[in-house]
Amino acid sequence: MSYPSDTSIVVEDVTKTFTLRYHRTFKQVSVALLKGRDLSDTFNALDDVSFTVKQGESIGLMGLNGSGKSTLLKLVNGIMKPDSGTVLTRGRIAGLIATGAGFHPQLTGRENVYLNAAVLGMSERETARKFDDIIEFAEIGRHLDAPVGNYSSGQFARLGFAVAVHVDSDIFLADEVLAVGDRPFKKKCMEKMQEIRDSGRTLFYVSHAAASVRKMCDRVIVLENGKVGFDGAVNAGIKYLKYEDENPDNDPDDMGDLDEELGADI
Amino acid sequence: MTEHVPVAEQPLAPPSASNGLLGVFGRRYLLRLLVRREISARYQGSFLGLLWSYINPLSQFFIFWFVMGKIIGMGDKAENYPVHVFAGLIIVHFFVETFNAGTRSIVRNKALVKKMAMPREMFPVASMLVSLFHVGPQLVILLVACLATGWAPDPVGMVAGLLALGIVMFLGTSLALLFSTANVFFRDFSSAVSIMTNFVRFGVPMIYPYTLVADRFAGHTELYLANPIADAVLLMQRAFWTGTTDDPAATALVHLPDHLLSRGAIALGASVVMLVIAQLVFSRLENKIPERL
Ligand SMILES: Nc1ncnc2c1ncn2[C@@H]1O[C@H](COP(=O)(O)OP(=O)(O)O)[C@@H](O)[C@H]1O
Ligand SMILES: [Mg+2]
Repeated sequence: MSYPSDTSIVVEDVTKTFTLRYHRTFKQVSVALLKGRDLSDTFNALDDVSFTVKQGESIGLMGLNGSGKSTLLKLVNGIMKPDSGTVLTRGRIAGLIATGAGFHPQLTGRENVYLNAAVLGMSERETARKFDDIIEFAEIGRHLDAPVGNYSSGQFARLGFAVAVHVDSDIFLADEVLAVGDRPFKKKCMEKMQEIRDSGRTLFYVSHAAASVRKMCDRVIVLENGKVGFDGAVNAGIKYLKYEDENPDNDPDDMGDLDEELGADI
Repeated sequence: MTEHVPVAEQPLAPPSASNGLLGVFGRRYLLRLLVRREISARYQGSFLGLLWSYINPLSQFFIFWFVMGKIIGMGDKAENYPVHVFAGLIIVHFFVETFNAGTRSIVRNKALVKKMAMPREMFPVASMLVSLFHVGPQLVILLVACLATGWAPDPVGMVAGLLALGIVMFLGTSLALLFSTANVFFRDFSSAVSIMTNFVRFGVPMIYPYTLVADRFAGHTELYLANPIADAVLLMQRAFWTGTTDDPAATALVHLPDHLLSRGAIALGASVVMLVIAQLVFSRLENKIPERL
């Protein structure tokens, strides 16, 4: 099958199956076998999901906890492969998945920046060139040379986000990144993500905050128990989710409200 | 990796595309970082740091040399017994370290594996390279000991030494690949591996000379020599130990099996085949790694 040249992401008939309980002991397995019980209890975290994204689109991915958002981003990112169906992407991918960065707890912030950047495909020279910008953005000061295992979850997220936004990516994934940051940092992240969006990169933004999705995205995909429940315009998507009801007088252009919603982005 | 290419010129492709071990060597900068990381992480929070990687083999060496050589009297069965032991110990230690650390490598790096897309073969390969890095200084100690006992390098010996290291590199990496995935599914594997590696020390002619095997197991030596690590140890002794004895040619004739180099070449070939098989198995299981960590 061929796709237009401005296609950025293709997700086609994708299903991802997980097992509910993996680590069974020898005893549990033998008891189950003796009683003739079924050992496998699997479920579809993603069930026949299909959509395509054009380069430069910014998608708000919404849905309740456990609906499969992070799993979908892991497939798009290439961390996992679908059990059936196809995922295709064009260009370099960066971002944060499930709020955390791939940092090694024993390494210092500095070492992790280099390692993380290398995994994302940056060369040593490129990293060295951007290092000061990354550190300035993360604002973690002297903690840079402390092991990230000792960071607060906010500091951890800051550094991860700082590295991810400084990669020259074509696709940017942001999975509940703002959940743990403090208010000034959230604002800064929002601005940076808008900058990313405006530079023509594809943006995948997972958030429960209707106002920030409205501000960032031009399309909403809602996942419901691993299925695409809605795919279309932002306002209709938010209505579909009925998130509005809890916040009836929400004005999309009001920064004050946005701040409030960002505060509630958990 | 190259600098950024405009997106329109790049193809639509599966994001997880990794071409296994070849992909690993396409990303040498990342591999170098991981190796450096692992070396520093292994000794993090330790005052003596890298020195431990000498203390460990040296202490084993003294135990074997004293208990086996002096008390049990193995020392009389082989000339320059300490060199005999140490040449073998370098190989055994290289193998055991690769196998053990490699088996744990993916689980130990789960923070990265769960969150980042990269060829996962990176981790076992990095473990092997870290162990190889530790071989360096041990070789220096061995060389000093050999030169002190009148050893001079010879071409056949050098080939034998390289074969020995090559066998352990390939075999160690293939076992590390296989068991690092197995360990993701059942953590029992890392415990099983450390027990298995305990046997390696006694299954190779390190603390006892090969002649003992040839005497006691006459007729079954082929079975003994089917162990590639035993071949690697013998090759290492051909490279360093025989040259330190009074009559190297006679020592090689008495204490080493015949056709040692061809045996080594076959063992190396078998190790390469093992690596290919390990890669195939790894590629099949790799899909399930991130969700099982
Ligand atoms: N590695 C895993 N093994 C088993 N189940 C998983 C795994 N990862 C996620 N799940 C399950 O898959 C479902 C979707 O998870 P996720 O994609 O993280 O949801 P969310 O939309 O909140 O990000 C959840 O029910 C979660 O429990
Ligand atoms: Mg999630």
